[in-house]
Amino acid sequence: MTISAAVQAQRLKREARDEWIDRHSGRIMVLPAVIILLCFAIFPLIVSVYLSLCRFALAGGGFKLTFIGLFNYKRLLFGAQQYHFLGTLKPLETPEWILFAIYMAVILYWLGRYTVASFTVAGFIGRLISVALATGIVLAALATLPAGGYEGTLLTTCFYVIVGVSVQFLIGLALALLCAQPIRARNFFRVVFFVPLMVTPVGVAYMFRMLADMQKGPFAPVSAAMGLTAWSWATEAWSARLMVLIGDTWQWTPFVFIVLLAAIENQPRDQVEAARLDGASSWQIFRDITWPAIAPVAGTVVLIRLIEAFKIIDIPNVLTAGGPGLATESLTLHSFIAWRTQDLGGSAAVGYLLLFVSTVTCASFFNYVVRWTRRFQ
Amino acid sequence: MTAQQKSRGFIRRLFEAESLEEMAIAPKVGVYAALAFWTLIVLFPLYWVLVTSFKIEVQVDSGPFYLPFVDFSPTLDAWNFMLLENNTLGPYLNSVVVALSSTLLALLFGSLAAYALVRIRFQVKLAAVLTFIVLLIAVIAAVALGAPWQAATAIAIALFLLALGTFVRRFEAAVGNNDIEFWMISNRIMPPIVAVLPIYVMFQHLRLLDTQFALISTYTGVNLPIVVWLTRDFFAGIPLDLEESAEIDGASKFRVFFTIALPLVRSGLAATFMLVLILTWNEFLLALFLTNANAQTMPVLVAAQNTTRGPQWWYMSVLIVIMIAPVIIIAGFLQKHIARGLLIGAVKG
Repeated sequence: MTISAAVQAQRLKREARDEWIDRHSGRIMVLPAVIILLCFAIFPLIVSVYLSLCRFALAGGGFKLTFIGLFNYKRLLFGAQQYHFLGTLKPLETPEWILFAIYMAVILYWLGRYTVASFTVAGFIGRLISVALATGIVLAALATLPAGGYEGTLLTTCFYVIVGVSVQFLIGLALALLCAQPIRARNFFRVVFFVPLMVTPVGVAYMFRMLADMQKGPFAPVSAAMGLTAWSWATEAWSARLMVLIGDTWQWTPFVFIVLLAAIENQPRDQVEAARLDGASSWQIFRDITWPAIAPVAGTVVLIRLIEAFKIIDIPNVLTAGGPGLATESLTLHSFIAWRTQDLGGSAAVGYLLLFVSTVTCASFFNYVVRWTRRFQ
Repeated sequence: MTAQQKSRGFIRRLFEAESLEEMAIAPKVGVYAALAFWTLIVLFPLYWVLVTSFKIEVQVDSGPFYLPFVDFSPTLDAWNFMLLENNTLGPYLNSVVVALSSTLLALLFGSLAAYALVRIRFQVKLAAVLTFIVLLIAVIAAVALGAPWQAATAIAIALFLLALGTFVRRFEAAVGNNDIEFWMISNRIMPPIVAVLPIYVMFQHLRLLDTQFALISTYTGVNLPIVVWLTRDFFAGIPLDLEESAEIDGASKFRVFFTIALPLVRSGLAATFMLVLILTWNEFLLALFLTNANAQTMPVLVAAQNTTRGPQWWYMSVLIVIMIAPVIIIAGFLQKHIARGLLIGAVKG
């Protein structure tokens, strides 16, 4: 009797516990993810703000942080480190002012049209932030690109992101369209084109260093025939940047390709067939049927690539170590180099500026482009 | 054929197919030529690395040799040195352990969270979230000013519970499933360089720098957003009735998740697994910060080959080959799943 009562009590207890778990199962399921993200994303994000406002110094076996306010940011934007982050600025002259005026006219027209067509306060503030960032980058570009100026890490990163992502998107789209033709061996191409995505970026960098070796690389006979044996791409700013871009493009074009090909294959064939019977040209079919169908996917693919492209470090680090000078140094590499020279505060400040630039760019792209490509859905 | 059609440019004709299944000869040749060209671009660098791994120093230095057995005689010298004499297997093992365990953990926690966010309605009071963030900042500030972290954390938890019981109840505004999801996924936008400094300092304090644990936990955190982002759509795509009938039979939510929902999305899970595995396997920056000699992973080892004599291409090539061979083999089999998984992610975004 007593034994069965004890068993009974135990069972009730277990049932109560199970019921409690079941009632809170949603929270229990989400909790680990939330805790992990708090530890490895939110907590570091807050601590980073503090680090970026401090001067770091090694002292007696440990380290010492001294609060110095916005000094690290000031140094990067206006002070001794300006040449590193923004570049060596040169006063604007007439041609640059004209370009800037054209840019401002376009921006004001865009803002004005938004204000007239559909105005919300939040939308307007968001657009102002985007415009502020874009204007800053354009001004920095105008002040550093002409002879006499020198680009800093901000512009180098923007170059990798804007040119790199555009080139990768165009090649990826072209390859996907070619592969979507009624050809044999489509799966062969699909598998082969996918491969570069698997290769570790550090490996990609070494691979291209090997290939681009002017004396003993595979293209040495070509460069010798052109009389370029003594020349090295690594000694000139733009050829070195181009090399980084080639490596990055080799690696990331497959990503665009594979997703866009899947999207093209997913679109209903009957529309294309009907249009073809009506005598539409391939260009018309692409413009009016295929492109609207894959545009939302294309927008998201570019967004994902933008997010990842801002983080570039492996390839410039291994390929050129950021050189010649600062020419190929990305923002992440800049931050890493600052960390290595014990400038923890400066490193965190660069990281935060990168976070700002990449978040504003990606959010702008999402709001103005991706939303727009999805308008048909 | 009309004159207008004839005058179409070559590029346009490239896309032209007379019927859906047949193309004219000229465009067909053009398509194959373009695809073959890109195949060459993709494969030649890999071929060169593979060939170089069978060379010795003099064969690399005295100019380019292209074909093994034809213009140079391949040897296994570099392979012997890297695999037997050099400490390569240690980092390799680290990479395997770290990549596999962090991927599995991210997959487990990420899919649990994604499933819950798809199936269960959440209402978290905005006031509670804000209180939490304010307290977190306060704790960090207090610790930075010299307070002991145990005491600060304890006080903050007490204050948080107090707030939950009192004024938080008075506010109506709440964050729902979409907001939580967006928050989780948006963490991916953060460049790792922003997070890595505090993580480095944290592990240094815990004396866990240069351990596999540090890498595994960090990678789990970094990859969680991708898992949530992809698996959410897989779960949203499966029909509700199976799960509902199981729940009527008295199965708990966890049971339903592990025995019904997870098996239903297994091909999507395989794609996510591969994707995260590749990202982790190739990750460089975090490993560079968090490891030194003991827990070093392959990308760091490869990057460290830049010796004072310049990189020794033959050794380097061996490292690159053994790093990419396994991923390429697995990915070759799973390529279709990966493409589909990425597509689903991109469509729903």
